[in-house]
Amino acid sequence: MTSVSTAAARKPVRWGRVALHLGCLAALLVMLYPLAWLLATSLKPADEVIASLDLLPRHLEWSNYETAFEGVNDVSIWRLLSNSLLIAGGAVLGNVISCSLAAYAFARLRFRFRGPMFAFMIATIMLPHHAILIPQYIIFNKLGMVNTYWPLILPKFLATEAFFVFLIVQFMRGLPRELEEAARIDGCGPFRSFFQIVLPLTRPALITTAIFTFIWTWNDFFTQLIYLFDPDKFTLTLALRSFVDASSQSAFGPMFAMSVIALLPIVLFFLAFQRFLVEGMASSGLKG
Amino acid sequence: MTTTAIPTGEKPATAPTTRRRAKRERQGAAWVFLSPWVLGASVLTLLPMAVSLYLSFTDYNLFDPPHWVGLRNYTQMFTEDPRYWRSVTTTLMYVVIAVPLQLALALVVALALKSMKRGKAFYRSAFYAPSLLGASMSIALVWRAVFNDGGTVDNLLGTGGWVNRPGWALLAVALLTVWQFGAPMVIFLAGLQQIPAELYEAAAVDGAGTWRQFLSVTVPMLSPVLFFNLVLQTIQAFQVFTPAFAVSAGKGGPADSTLVYTMYLYDRGFVASHMGYASAMAWVLLLVIGIVTAVLFRTSRSWVFYASEGER
Repeated sequence: MTSVSTAAARKPVRWGRVALHLGCLAALLVMLYPLAWLLATSLKPADEVIASLDLLPRHLEWSNYETAFEGVNDVSIWRLLSNSLLIAGGAVLGNVISCSLAAYAFARLRFRFRGPMFAFMIATIMLPHHAILIPQYIIFNKLGMVNTYWPLILPKFLATEAFFVFLIVQFMRGLPRELEEAARIDGCGPFRSFFQIVLPLTRPALITTAIFTFIWTWNDFFTQLIYLFDPDKFTLTLALRSFVDASSQSAFGPMFAMSVIALLPIVLFFLAFQRFLVEGMASSGLKG
Repeated sequence: MTTTAIPTGEKPATAPTTRRRAKRERQGAAWVFLSPWVLGASVLTLLPMAVSLYLSFTDYNLFDPPHWVGLRNYTQMFTEDPRYWRSVTTTLMYVVIAVPLQLALALVVALALKSMKRGKAFYRSAFYAPSLLGASMSIALVWRAVFNDGGTVDNLLGTGGWVNRPGWALLAVALLTVWQFGAPMVIFLAGLQQIPAELYEAAAVDGAGTWRQFLSVTVPMLSPVLFFNLVLQTIQAFQVFTPAFAVSAGKGGPADSTLVYTMYLYDRGFVASHMGYASAMAWVLLLVIGIVTAVLFRTSRSWVFYASEGER
């Protein structure tokens, strides 16, 4: 693009490239501003939140975090955190197990109605969640499971997130068949073949599934809003929401301190697995 | 999506009976692997779809048995409920603002990063981060504060808080979506990197400049990815909930200006306990998304270019 090579200068300054980097850095600053704002506000004393327009707090108010750790509605933050973790952990386990099982059948086994079932599975990726929300709610209500974690975890064990089934199917199709063929000739059935050959090779796709499931479940609000209403069953997301309802500006500091705590696991996951996340997104066209 | 499951190394010498038995066993195994999915798809997807279709013709409040009212919910929705139409236009406006802006930004940044040698991986990750964080309640709360009276935007532009002004609140919600342009950007970037360099070289030899190359090489070669992103983001945008909920503190205000479709659906179904009415709304949403997707697919024939081997 910038191949303006001047004979005189031995090393021409590539202004195009410099401008590009400057532009990207400027964009990055704007992009990261909300995060910086969040962190700064979580450390501001109440009067500064309202009166001061500076991004940086004049003095650090760590007591915001102390208040945040006390939790909301007499539920401690540890309780909220472990509730969030329980749901996210259950969802990860469920998705990894059920989606890899279904994916193996679609990718490698032959059975009746395979074509139509695969097509249906793909169609459910596009299905708006709200179309089935109310009857699902009624079903879980009839089962006495409203206000428990079952409606949030159980569906994941039934491979309802077709997206991940598709992701793993695509990955398994890319695996060489020779190993399985050889194992089959040696009398290895589909179960052993799955557990001992295919599953270990599918690890990257399973990790991608696990990470995205964790982050999406952690961030999820709508489902939790509908199914949970006991404050001591609340997740961090729901607890933050009750802050919104009672948001006077004096509670700003603690509210955003709690927001930082709620965001921390995602940030850590992102820093630890960014390669997996970005690659997984790029290869599958996954939506974050 | 081609199925290549025909076993290639079939041994011809096997006796037919054992082969048939083996086949039956494999069929049985397939159903074992599929059983969780089959259960989920039937009980948690198909059945609910049928039930919600039925409920959409009833009056139902979760406690008393559903009471058949025919098309009453639909006629009420279309002819007697101004808030319903308000939510429809709000959602359409949101889709029309947020999706093109987000995709345009994603494409521009992907193009900028494409030819970058150093720092590409860093920028890619950094720009992608908001896509993971943006769906959280934490960020939605930040958005509400930053766009509130006396917030950063107010101070910078002197416009007053956007979240309290009917014409502006939805724009704040849309900007939260635009902020998460990283996901489509990463997909664009992957698509850009798959365009063979020879095409650009050939175009350059033919005397095509940067702009001409963009129009004649990049755009057609990238069109399948663009199409994929467009469909995905549009479907997602129609179902927006959390940002609108948080930015308006759960009320869809001011003056219902951020009352998006799903929020009104939630309000009717779970706040007002009109489950039948909400089911009708859900089915209309389903049909509209289906129609929009079909239209996108239909128009795609004229502008999406599939190279013989570059088919998705």
